Amino acid sequence: MSKVKHKISFVLNYEKTEHYVKPNTTLLNMLREDFDLTGAKEGCGAGECGACTTLFNNKAVNACLVLAIEVDKAEIITIEGLSKGRELDELQESFIDNAALQCGYCTPGMIMSAKALLNRNSKPTENEIKEAISGNLCRCTGYKKIVEAISSVATRNDKKESMNAQKGGDTE
Amino acid sequence: MKYVGESFKRVDGVKKATGTLKYVDDLKPTRFLHASVKRSPHAHARILNINVNEAKKLKGVKAVITGREFSGAKCCKRVGLYLEDKTFLAVEKVIYVGEAVAAVAAETKEIADEAVKLIEVEYEILPKVINARKALDKDAPLVHPNLANYKYAPIFFPEPNTNISNHFKLRKGDVEKGFEEADLIVENEFFVPHIQHAPIENHSAIAQIDADGALTVWASCQSPYAVRQALSVAFDIPLNKLRVISPAIGGGFGSKAGTTLEGIIIPLAMRTNGRAVKLTYSREDEFVSSFVRQALFAKMKTGVRKDGKILAMKNEFIWDGGAFTEYGVNIVKAGGYASTGPYEVGNVWTDSICAYTNHPVGGPYRGFGMSEIQFGIEQNLDIIADKLGIDKIEIRRTNALKAGSYTSMGEKLDMCGLIDCLDVVVNEMDFNKKEKSSSPNKARGKGLACVFKAPSMPTNVASSAIIKLNEDGTAHLLVTAQDMGQGSDTVLTQIAAEVLSIHPDKITIKTGDTDHTPYEWQTVASRTTYCAGNSVKSACEDVKKQLLELAQIKIGMYKRDLELRDGYVVSKIYPDKKLPISELALGLTLEDGSGIHGPIIGRGVFIPPNIRNVDKETGLGEKPVVFWTFGSQGVEIEVDIETGQIRVLEVVSCFDVGKVVNPQLIEGQVEGGIVQGIGSALFEELIIEGGEVKNKSFVDYKIPTADDMPKMTIRFVENPEETGPFGARAIAEVCMVAAAPAIANALYDAVGIRINTMPLTAERVLKAIKEKNK
Repeated sequence: MSKVKHKISFVLNYEKTEHYVKPNTTLLNMLREDFDLTGAKEGCGAGECGACTTLFNNKAVNACLVLAIEVDKAEIITIEGLSKGRELDELQESFIDNAALQCGYCTPGMIMSAKALLNRNSKPTENEIKEAISGNLCRCTGYKKIVEAISSVATRNDKKESMNAQKGGDTE
Repeated sequence: MKYVGESFKRVDGVKKATGTLKYVDDLKPTRFLHASVKRSPHAHARILNINVNEAKKLKGVKAVITGREFSGAKCCKRVGLYLEDKTFLAVEKVIYVGEAVAAVAAETKEIADEAVKLIEVEYEILPKVINARKALDKDAPLVHPNLANYKYAPIFFPEPNTNISNHFKLRKGDVEKGFEEADLIVENEFFVPHIQHAPIENHSAIAQIDADGALTVWASCQSPYAVRQALSVAFDIPLNKLRVISPAIGGGFGSKAGTTLEGIIIPLAMRTNGRAVKLTYSREDEFVSSFVRQALFAKMKTGVRKDGKILAMKNEFIWDGGAFTEYGVNIVKAGGYASTGPYEVGNVWTDSICAYTNHPVGGPYRGFGMSEIQFGIEQNLDIIADKLGIDKIEIRRTNALKAGSYTSMGEKLDMCGLIDCLDVVVNEMDFNKKEKSSSPNKARGKGLACVFKAPSMPTNVASSAIIKLNEDGTAHLLVTAQDMGQGSDTVLTQIAAEVLSIHPDKITIKTGDTDHTPYEWQTVASRTTYCAGNSVKSACEDVKKQLLELAQIKIGMYKRDLELRDGYVVSKIYPDKKLPISELALGLTLEDGSGIHGPIIGRGVFIPPNIRNVDKETGLGEKPVVFWTFGSQGVEIEVDIETGQIRVLEVVSCFDVGKVVNPQLIEGQVEGGIVQGIGSALFEELIIEGGEVKNKSFVDYKIPTADDMPKMTIRFVENPEETGPFGARAIAEVCMVAAAPAIANALYDAVGIRINTMPLTAERVLKAIKEKNK
């Protein structure tokens, strides 16, 4: 086990960050232990439950399977990076409005998976939503309200887009 | 009503959605140490020697303990909720694979893990008990040879010098006479395997001992006070020097009731000179070394009249209780007394037996025996209906408990909403209409089950609440009912808001700290809305009484003519005569400047009224449980005839919950229960070979994903529970119970096969289809 630490530079929740990590430290451990960003949870440590889902260059990854040194020069966003003070991300609002969370332990990972989905596809179908969260286990909700919460943001995106299109039409 | 019955947003929603709520594993006391546990690789073996010398020498190791060190000492006494059979570390022998033998506290997790590898344990292998039925044989090896010396609550019946830790008997009427009068007797065997709760948060605990000897334990636990009591007994620490904090729980489902890992780290913390010690289970530990749901072997004999009326039932239940049954003995009792299902049966004979085995520790799991027994009861009923040529709904209507009927334990029901619920389900899903399958290789079927559950708790369990009114008319509510996702923080806040007539946003609820929040027995048994709810209601009524008492002096009107309305004490007769409650929060100041009364603090306590123990010989009693929640659930499935795969398409459920306090939250809770039930019905099963759990990861033990979610329709009936807060009773567990039997019945409807062993895996279904087609 090497004890030499390597320097990495990356953007963590929109802030440029330099950090020294051991080569065997996972992204999850670095976030939780070194930065006290404990929103990402360890449910299995093996990429099977999704509770540690984090955005790595805008894609959802299981932070327990990523080595910290891999994030050199990358952009990392955790659940803590989604809200700005008391202003929550629309997905976070939607999870609350739709009662899409119960014990809350899978919630950060679930929201990050949904965020990655909406980043690449702002109007996903129900099946696309289910597929996107298929690696995120939830033992409380039965998933229905989670899918509804994500759907309702997607529907809003859809409406926004069509309204913008309409506005665009008016000015022409 | 203004706040009860409304879908208020969860009070813990923002913290959970932002990931800022701190669970136990997120806490980092200054300079805390990491623990790791040496576990037994054997199901049953005598410990000959433990060598910890090398582990102690490793740099960074701060403490090493073994169970053997505590043998006969004041520490590590046997503990248990109902039967004191458990030690936190193995003392003389190990009795299941995964039992803690020794533990280490070190500067880092890596060092602790490394040190554990250096501990050498010498064992002498003993013959093991890995079959609950064989555990009852006269010559079976004994898991607990000293059972005769264990303490237990007098409502349980351990049999010394056997592996039987509880033998519950239900004897009602004359069962043989009932069978003689029957036109048809059906007898079947059913098997329900071990499953695991699989909360997404693994167990975690931290222990720290102050210089003055006071112990603080942070634990992800459902029952801070029950944990405090058990730890006090185990380690001989007075309750005023023992503080248990449960900051948040990432799912429980029973696995975090009572104690699990807390007792492993306390002896370590006693040797670290004040430094805190943290232990967090891995997912593998969770599957192997925390509670599992007990397996059940059930033999059920039912005698019926031609018209479908059940005349007699004889049941034999043998539960695989595992290595310790401190909690499991009560599941065995609950399964025994509910053994007729929600039906009126005059003649009943049930033996419900808890067997010690060298298997993982059985414990409470959402449903508490009901899921296991109903798998057989509801299938038997469909089998009988088919044999008699009676409609499956009609046979249930004929036998259903109704207002005025008597339960299996001989308790007369004043009210019962079962048939109301059944009607809703049958209509909502058009039960008798056969749907076309999506392809010729698939078959569709519908199935249904009626279920019930009572809170399985001792007769005299207590709850309490304190409410403090603040100077600005807001309030703090203190309880030790724990929100593990079910939404109790929100529901209890709504109950308080209703009585105080202030908006829920003006109330902050604080839970889970035995030094600061008042007594609550446990957050289990689906009892929180009812029990804690009643204590909250009572505390708020106490506040109201104090406020009206003072307001009548100030307003100059009798208190009987005053009421609380939207933050004011208001005259019922002259609504313009009013006084903000904020002005009374610290007492009343009179004209001359003098003050009276002081701060408004409400106190509420509750014990379920008039519940009495059952007769020891017959299991019968007039009022053995506080209430029953009845309900029904229908499912529609599609079976792939070529693969055996079952897909649940739709579930319709209806329960009589008395009063829905928060429609959105209760709907979510039921949806979660249904999907958890589907997991247990279709694929969840701990594979235990030779005492060892083989599938101890989410790769090998699947729980439902978003893809397994069916269409769900959730309905409620509201026949108020007279003693409940605003008429509310319970929902948490009963909503999981019907899934397995309803799916099994739908499977028969679809392809004409019966599978008596859970889960109904594709492999089992395909095999049964092939056998049928031979």
